[in-house]
Amino acid sequence: MEEARAAFLAVDGDASYISGGQSLVPALAMRLQAPAVLVDLSGIADLRGVELQGETLRIGALTRHADALTHPLIARHAPLLNAAAPFVAHPAIRNRGTLGGSVSLADPASEFPAMMLAMGAQMEIFGEDGFRRVPADDYFIDLYQTALEPGDILTALYVPSVGPHHRWAFDELARRRGDYAMVGAGILAHMDGALVESARIALFSVGSTPVRAPGAEAALAGRLLDAKTIADAQRALDDDLDPPDDEHIPAAMRRHLARVLLGRLLQRLGETP
Amino acid sequence: MNAPVHGSTAFDRPAHVGRGMSRPNAKRLLAGKGNYVTDLALPRMLHAAFVRSPHAHARIGAIDVEAARAAPGVRLVATGEDIAKLCTPWTGTLDHFKGMKSAPQLPLPVDKVVWSGQAVVAVVADSRAEAEDAAELVMIDYEELPVLADLDTALAPDAPKVTEDFADNLCFRSALDSGGVDAVFASAAHVVEADFLFGRHTGVPLEPRAIIADYDASEHRLTVHHATQTPFQFQDLYSRHYGIPEARVRVVAPDVGGSFGVKLHVYNEDMAVVGLSILCRRPVKFVADRLEAFVSDIHARDHRVHARAAVAADGTLLAMDVEDETGIGAFSTYPRTSVVEGNQVIRLIGAPYRLEGYRAGLKVVFQNKVQTSQYRAVGHPIACAVTEHLVDEAARVTGLDPLEIRAKNVIPDTAYPCASLSGYKFEKLSHEACLTKLRALMDYERLRTEQAELRARGILRGIGIATFVEITNPTPAFYGIGGARISAQDGAVLAVTPSGEVRCQISVTEQGQGTETIVGQVIADHLGVPRDIIRVMTGDTAVTPHGGATWACRGAGIGGETALQAARKLKTNVLSLAAGILQAKPADLDLVNAEVVDRDGTVRMSLAEVARIAYFRSDTLPDGAEAQLTVAHHFAPKGYPFAFTNGIHGCHVEVDAETGLVKILKHFVVEDCGRIINPLLVEEQVRGGVVQGLGAAFFEECLYDQGGQLTNGSLADYLVPMSCEMPDILIDHVETPTLDTELGAKGCGEAGTAAASAAALNAVNDALGPLGARLTQVPMTPARILKALGRF
Repeated sequence: MEEARAAFLAVDGDASYISGGQSLVPALAMRLQAPAVLVDLSGIADLRGVELQGETLRIGALTRHADALTHPLIARHAPLLNAAAPFVAHPAIRNRGTLGGSVSLADPASEFPAMMLAMGAQMEIFGEDGFRRVPADDYFIDLYQTALEPGDILTALYVPSVGPHHRWAFDELARRRGDYAMVGAGILAHMDGALVESARIALFSVGSTPVRAPGAEAALAGRLLDAKTIADAQRALDDDLDPPDDEHIPAAMRRHLARVLLGRLLQRLGETP
Repeated sequence: MNAPVHGSTAFDRPAHVGRGMSRPNAKRLLAGKGNYVTDLALPRMLHAAFVRSPHAHARIGAIDVEAARAAPGVRLVATGEDIAKLCTPWTGTLDHFKGMKSAPQLPLPVDKVVWSGQAVVAVVADSRAEAEDAAELVMIDYEELPVLADLDTALAPDAPKVTEDFADNLCFRSALDSGGVDAVFASAAHVVEADFLFGRHTGVPLEPRAIIADYDASEHRLTVHHATQTPFQFQDLYSRHYGIPEARVRVVAPDVGGSFGVKLHVYNEDMAVVGLSILCRRPVKFVADRLEAFVSDIHARDHRVHARAAVAADGTLLAMDVEDETGIGAFSTYPRTSVVEGNQVIRLIGAPYRLEGYRAGLKVVFQNKVQTSQYRAVGHPIACAVTEHLVDEAARVTGLDPLEIRAKNVIPDTAYPCASLSGYKFEKLSHEACLTKLRALMDYERLRTEQAELRARGILRGIGIATFVEITNPTPAFYGIGGARISAQDGAVLAVTPSGEVRCQISVTEQGQGTETIVGQVIADHLGVPRDIIRVMTGDTAVTPHGGATWACRGAGIGGETALQAARKLKTNVLSLAAGILQAKPADLDLVNAEVVDRDGTVRMSLAEVARIAYFRSDTLPDGAEAQLTVAHHFAPKGYPFAFTNGIHGCHVEVDAETGLVKILKHFVVEDCGRIINPLLVEEQVRGGVVQGLGAAFFEECLYDQGGQLTNGSLADYLVPMSCEMPDILIDHVETPTLDTELGAKGCGEAGTAAASAAALNAVNDALGPLGARLTQVPMTPARILKALGRF
């Protein structure tokens, strides 16, 4: 990792780390980026592997999207990643793309970065002063801007393992399977029967970063998950969002879709045995 | 389907025509053994990249190419002036479109750019990457001009002109009037009307445009390897515009990965590449990448239509009155123009129905966008959607079921021959038979019952119907009459080889649809040999006779008939020779399964033996015996100007009124393409066409901003239909052979695209009707559906 950092910094930042390359290579092909140097991280063994460390799942940054679908530890301890994975692009991309790459890029329309927020994950970063951990809530700063400083390497994702009282739901509204969603969301709730003790809701494709929905979360906390609670959460969601107004999907439409999606996910959460 | 083709000899029992045979080339392509232009690397080959205009309308100032010339690997940097010295300009007009105008074009512009993405400067280098790197170093000064990015801006009385020399931005106007229309409307019980918008879209073949020009100065000879549908058209164009005698120009189209009309137009880059090869004296390759394809391949559609229909109280359609305005590019496309689509829209509207009156107006409008031109089902989807939406509206106001009102109003199957009020002459169509079959295919009554049950539970399903007429197999009345050197005939050279196999060199071409397969099937039957000893060669001007090739669904009807006639001619020669050898009468012999047989079927000698004697032992032939085992034959359609076909689509959808997303549950087609040569291929043509039609209905649209910038020019943003969203497509057939040919085949390549979007539009409206929402714009995006529902 030291060597990789040195190679990156040697060209004054005119470099790009590459792991799966599923976003970077198209950007290079389209001449949107033209770094002088590509630093390949894929040979660094420390960036690999999925292991349970106490109550936390450590997911190496080079873990492939496809592993989120198939890895038993991810399915057991980080089920939201597992639930989101089928919606991420297509098999060929999932076979190469890495979770660390996706979270490093922090595309606001991507599924995995948003799920870091919903799961309350921590990002392990190797930088100038060695390793540090950044909670997801502090990690996403602005469009494609994260807590990563130039030269920093995202090394692992630390995800709190779900317990018996957790319930989760994920879905997205996309015009075609595998496309970037018009709106997507994941919910991880701690529940006692029908009572929501607490919930983390994260949405994507609704702004310049993946976003939490604190208003909607508050509307759920301590409430029975019934129709009125769901309606309250949907209403509260409006203040949580400030979606962009693009001509193809106006802001008002994204708000509407987010409300619809949240309602459906909460409905599903209530139906989960 | 296995009935004998009329005109066959008593011996002839068609064994191949009518059978679903797989494509001999399919395995090769599936195995990755295809040989596309992109795969081809010639010795000393260079690569071209183009500097493209960032502006939709701007005057070109100083061009600084010095840094690019000095860049690594660069062999040539050429501007519009450089290539203009070699290539004469072209103008995309045809004489029979009276009054149409378009400015002359050069491969690269010399004074101004007229759309964003237009190629301005060419860079030729040892590799594509070096050419692209150097292209970034070319500095061009632009003086921006007002951009005409939509119809209203371009049609405004004081609008700036796309071409300064012209008085306005109108490329072409046309009008049709059967007379008496106003009176019919005035006395009609009902008038239904709507304003329609049809988004611009493009073809997106799997293989993008690709070309290698290879000029040999030592012989003043040009070879062009070109992913095209129409090799001879390009042979003629390269010859005339670059002043190289036609016989010294060879155009080779190897495997071509789809075309859909995209690959038969003149593109600036393609013409430029020929000039670049002449300048470099080396082969030069250009492959449009996907981003370039979006800003340089032809676009299509982009129509705004106001239409109304007069309807009697009992649901009889009386008259239609339509105005179509269509925005093309800054030029009319060469050599087939950009007005054919609009022309076909106004002529096809109402075409399946009996009407008392019809009136239509057409305006074809220049704007600062990439050119539009012929793309699969030219004009049909627009005409069909307009007509069929109005028919559904007529059903609604008169309380008739959508199938009933169509049954009541289509031209009866017994009424032929007849003509539409727009002047199309129909030999024989089968609307009623198709409608009856569709009802059964869909299990229509059950779907309606289910729809009502589900609606009660809040599930919105819709059923849409669309009847269509399709234009296929044009005669010279289509292009030739307008002065274009685009052939309506095709030619074949057919030979028995020395080992007794059969080689067919035919001018129709193959882009994945199976042209070579059906040509082989026709020859197999009409010569009397197994399909697997026939090799069909296409796509090379040095190999086949001259012909129009593949467009307007002419491969089967015209190519097939050419092959049939050639096979007959060759068979006559084979039997005549065999008769000489066998001391028999030709009339007493036949060729069956590559063996010469008696009337009673006794095998007399093999075709291989006839060939061996003809080629190697002609000394043993009796006096007067002619060993002519190679024949040439040309065929041009005569009789009806077009072989019209028809059919009907049904679309079944479920609309999520909360999200605006539509699930297409199933699509149904009953079509009549005349004699079916290969039902497998006909059905795959229809399915592929339906998918493109559903793409138009729900996904595909080239979106521009007011500055004339394409805002979704990538496959991430321009949505093509993908398998997950596509329904099962059920197909049934009615077979009404044309009597204009012996084969009886018409076209089928556009039948799927022609009506799929109309059926989908009607289906969505059928689902949303109870909520009071109505859409008259495609694609029907979630945003438009939610807007219509007032959800945001």
